[in-house]
Amino acid sequence: MNNPTPPPLLTEPALGYQINALTGAARNAARPLAGPLSAEITAAFSASPRGEIAVRSIDVNIPLLEKNDILAERNRGYFLGRGLAALNIVSSPGAGKTTLLERTLDEFGQQTKCAVLVGDLETDNDGRRLSRPYAPVAQITTGTVCHLDASMIARAAQSINLDGVKILFIENVGNLVCPASFDLGEQVRVVLLSTTEGEDKPLKYPPIFKSAQLVLLTKIDVADVLGFHRQLAVENIRRIAPTAKIIQLSTRTGEGLSEWYDYLRQLTSPV
Amino acid sequence: MHEVGIMQSALEAITAQAKLHHAARVERIVLRIGTLAGVDLEALRFAYEALAPHTIAAGAELEIEVIAAQAHCATCATTFAIERGFIFQCPQCGNYSGDIRAGRELGIARLEFPHE
Repeated sequence: MNNPTPPPLLTEPALGYQINALTGAARNAARPLAGPLSAEITAAFSASPRGEIAVRSIDVNIPLLEKNDILAERNRGYFLGRGLAALNIVSSPGAGKTTLLERTLDEFGQQTKCAVLVGDLETDNDGRRLSRPYAPVAQITTGTVCHLDASMIARAAQSINLDGVKILFIENVGNLVCPASFDLGEQVRVVLLSTTEGEDKPLKYPPIFKSAQLVLLTKIDVADVLGFHRQLAVENIRRIAPTAKIIQLSTRTGEGLSEWYDYLRQLTSPV
Repeated sequence: MHEVGIMQSALEAITAQAKLHHAARVERIVLRIGTLAGVDLEALRFAYEALAPHTIAAGAELEIEVIAAQAHCATCATTFAIERGFIFQCPQCGNYSGDIRAGRELGIARLEFPHE
């Protein structure tokens, strides 16, 4: 006798047939069926050569990532492996991303090697503005695309020499909407909110603020002139992103910059 | 906007699973999607109808299990439902929370294949 081990069975007396616990298939009615679907079930049993009906039901639990997420994870691993911290810097056009990076490269970038990938629809103006002999810069022109994506970052990162680089700034296209949906593989997402934009921007564009680990309130030197209510802006950010760090700064007066540099320094220190 | 890409990934995974289980077709696809996953269900169904006929999943029934969003309040240690929007305010103490406990799910929960 060479009987293989039978599959585990769960008896379902009320229904009158057995269900295979592994496959979910029902097999061999144990007694005549009664009830609303009994005729259909009996017919299905007899039509099936193995006396099995139903289907194989498999709990696969496969997470779904779209292509950009897969590439972003690859970028993250690459940056991590090189020991550099990548920051995805997002804001509306004109909030002061490039000006902040210029000053950051001039001051912080003198001691810690930084690199910049900068995205715009057209022109290499920002790339030229950020060009420093000690900091590699690559301009990404997106044409009509309103955001950077992970594949653009992978290509641009290959185009510059990242040897010794500790901080990689990625200046996104000026846009508060689409960049929220595109992970670039960054370690930190930084969202800028300038005092000229109004305190309620976080409430009007919640997804991007929700995804931020750091929010920079920029042009804080003119807050009083503009009647910008700092505390209200901070409260609005807190409502959307309760755990994000908030730094108020001005690249003109230098207020808050040391706090920003401390934040960057802490990213470069080994864990 | 990205629903087509997500459905493409899903159909690729389903094709691989069908092959693994020696199935010639798929009876039913059960997706599990949280309300905070950023997926528009109508757009996803539309993408399914456009893409599935060219795959092994042609004719399969698409079922979407929607997972309600929940956040956790660190102040009073309660988990609460997120009804809508992006502001997660604790109904007990009024504090804001960024600690999402459910609602980000995006995946294939279950597949059903015909028996041989």
